[in-house]
Amino acid sequence: MRRPLAGIAAFAAAYLALALLVQNQYYQLMLTLVLVWAIMGVAWNVFSGYCGLVSFGHAAFFGLGAYTVTLLLVKLDVSPWFGIPLGMLVGVAAGVLIGFPTFRLRGVYFALAMLAYPLALLYIFEWLGYQEVSLPMKRESPAAYMQFADQRAYVAIALVLLVAALVASLAIERSRFGLSLAAIKQNEWAAEAAGIDTLAWKLKAIMVSGAIAAAAGGFYAVVLLVVTPLTVFGMLTSAQALIVTLFGGVATVWGPVLGSVILIPLAEVLNAELGDKLPGIQGVVFGAAIVLVVLVAPEGILPKLRSTMKRTLEVAPRAPLAEIAAAPARVRSAGGEVVLRVERLSRSFGGLRAVQDVSFEVRKGEVLGIIGPNGAGKTTLFNLLNGFVPADSGDVLFEGKRLRGLKPSAICALGIARTFQVMRPFPRMKVLDNVVVGAFVAEREDARALEAAREALARVGLSRQADQLAGGLTTVELRLMELARAIASRPKLLLADETLAGLGTREIERLLATLGGLAASGLTIVIIEHTMRAMVRLADRLIVLDHGALLAGGKPEAVTQDPKVIEAYLGKRWVTRAAH
Amino acid sequence: MSHVVLENVLQALTAGLLVGSIYALMCVGLGLIFGVMRVINFAQGEFLMLGMYGTLYAYGALSLGRFLGPYAGPIAGALLAGIALYFAGILLHRYLLARVTGMRVAGTEGEGHYPQLILTLGLSLILSNAGLIVFGSTPENIRTPLSASAWEIGPLAGDDVSVFLNKARSVAFLVSIAVAIVLYFFITGTRIGKMLRAAADNPEAATYMGIDVERAHRIAFGLGCAITALAGGLVATYYPFQPYVGLEFVIIMYAGVVLGGMGSIGGAFWGGLTIGLVQQLSTLVLPVQLQNTAIFVVFLLIMMLRPEGLFGRNVERA
Repeated sequence: MRRPLAGIAAFAAAYLALALLVQNQYYQLMLTLVLVWAIMGVAWNVFSGYCGLVSFGHAAFFGLGAYTVTLLLVKLDVSPWFGIPLGMLVGVAAGVLIGFPTFRLRGVYFALAMLAYPLALLYIFEWLGYQEVSLPMKRESPAAYMQFADQRAYVAIALVLLVAALVASLAIERSRFGLSLAAIKQNEWAAEAAGIDTLAWKLKAIMVSGAIAAAAGGFYAVVLLVVTPLTVFGMLTSAQALIVTLFGGVATVWGPVLGSVILIPLAEVLNAELGDKLPGIQGVVFGAAIVLVVLVAPEGILPKLRSTMKRTLEVAPRAPLAEIAAAPARVRSAGGEVVLRVERLSRSFGGLRAVQDVSFEVRKGEVLGIIGPNGAGKTTLFNLLNGFVPADSGDVLFEGKRLRGLKPSAICALGIARTFQVMRPFPRMKVLDNVVVGAFVAEREDARALEAAREALARVGLSRQADQLAGGLTTVELRLMELARAIASRPKLLLADETLAGLGTREIERLLATLGGLAASGLTIVIIEHTMRAMVRLADRLIVLDHGALLAGGKPEAVTQDPKVIEAYLGKRWVTRAAH
Repeated sequence: MSHVVLENVLQALTAGLLVGSIYALMCVGLGLIFGVMRVINFAQGEFLMLGMYGTLYAYGALSLGRFLGPYAGPIAGALLAGIALYFAGILLHRYLLARVTGMRVAGTEGEGHYPQLILTLGLSLILSNAGLIVFGSTPENIRTPLSASAWEIGPLAGDDVSVFLNKARSVAFLVSIAVAIVLYFFITGTRIGKMLRAAADNPEAATYMGIDVERAHRIAFGLGCAITALAGGLVATYYPFQPYVGLEFVIIMYAGVVLGGMGSIGGAFWGGLTIGLVQQLSTLVLPVQLQNTAIFVVFLLIMMLRPEGLFGRNVERA
């Protein structure tokens, strides 16, 4: 943290020194505008860069900030010194009002919806009669109204705002805030299941982002002394925020600054030199810049530079999996008190009754296996249990609490963790960080979460892989990592969905030992599995699902001999054959 | 008094139908590109704008008005502009869009789409601002004797209720419907149409059946540009325009396509028509400046409440 802070301070000092040397008023204004767009870029980056939801509508916040400052000054004689902070509050409120309904949408739908907000505001402000509002000159006490004869004062104020925005961005990146947003960006469902309250984090991000963007807009109004709906709510404003960031480097602290330092002077100089002959040259420059970046360096130039420098260094040898102690021979557990009670749970998809009227109990300390042919509704049952899918009817009680209507993250916080049949890693995060994300829900302090994650990795024998990117892991390593992520949340109940699928014999042994170890330490486990042999060794009790309904239940030996079960798995012919 | 209200409602309804049919045509252009390529084309408004200027210059430079008269002249201009934009679209796809679209992206949701969205945003900025450089910022329109004259229908229901049909809009309406019908038969009846539908439905399976998906995308993009440009040429006969005009229409197009159900080309037509009606009927209760705001609100409401659209059967949630 100290080194990046020193970097920010050094940048601010150098920039200020440059501004003090420049005498030309026009260049001073340009130095100010570079900072305004850098701040705006940071605002966009804090939200869209880190959490991956592309906003085409950040002009909404910028414009609201600009109009708040302007109208407060014009109508109520409130100085921008107070107007800008008030504008930031408006930005926060707008973030909530926009975010809350719009976060229901994903991907391109979100991006398109965001486009509509500033454009709708643009027409509303025109209709309200604010086509062109000038900020009155205050001759009495200009400094009290943020008006200075010396343009360099604006550079200094903008620097203060930018430094604050950069520090905020840095603090987000280095904390659970940033890691949670990164997890949301890479796999939102997995993040939610691992206990990250995705809606809450996205709202926080858009609130911070809205505040910063509103500050940029408010300050922009003060500098230019006139506000029109088109300049502050227009498409180019949203586009510029996005473009400086994508150009410099998305999801990096310095990206927006770098993009702004390169693009804004370029566009301004061209506009000054050729603007009378080529009036739209600025827009062409921004458009060309972004087209180039998408084609050549999709993550932006800063990450591109970093990766070309790093490429020579990174040749990490593949580490073999660490040995783990064989699980102590486990006496079959009869189970303690009931921890999970499933009551007549049903769920249909259209005409397909995926889970119908299923009731069962899970006792503390036992390993309950769920088996059943493909399409029996096993994974849907898990999705109902961890809150991915709401039930049509019935309820689930966990330690006496009803789970109906709870979000997956809230259910995880109560102590139910899960892994996935089709693995859901955060592929561009290190293995350790993948697991840290799971630990947040159990640990309030980030340092403790890190510790818990290392511990969880050690328990599954994945410590040597801690610094690798999850995207490069083998199947067995990914399965182990998902297990580690699940147990890092200190669950009382683990839902393991086909943890052995796609593994070789030795790898299955490895996972059985790991799962056995977890069970021996007292963790209650519900596991879905196809391999009957593995199941008989691991589970204390089995239940069988077929066509969404509960078919049988009991001791593994008894269940596997049950004619109904054999029929469901193999067809009628095998029942008679098994009887002989 | 009630006669005035009735007349206003009828007037707004007919205006909505006339304008809506043209919106429907431009929506079909965007919907075709999305349906086949799964690309949200941000620059579609700029193709509309280029269609307007293309029609203007074709009409002016070739003196189409003198040879073909006020009815056929602008239509011929719009058709020429559409053809020109078809080839422009083909080139843009081959050298630019193909690099971030195609098979790899068509089957995925989420992150894969951002590069295209951002690329077409860049394209939109370049085209609209280059338009400013080339065409200048003075609003233009295609003046024909039809622009300011109307047919009167009526008097209806008593003596004092009648509906006026602006001639330019009415001609544009008829052309839109005709083009939409031709396109319908093209897509359902021809070999290329089948190829487009197969590539849209399942690009991977289409490849296994020997369909050149890359080529299908190229044709869809060119065709989408051409249709929207043609619609732009029709709009130009009754609406003044400048190089930034695309942004006014791009939201209308998105709204129409989303309303019709993203991915459904027929849905895009009905969606565009509905947007035209909403826009014109909103003038009965809202000030004119808030017309577009009404469209944005409808657009947002549809996205929140029924992201699969009102008409489309191609249900797809992101």
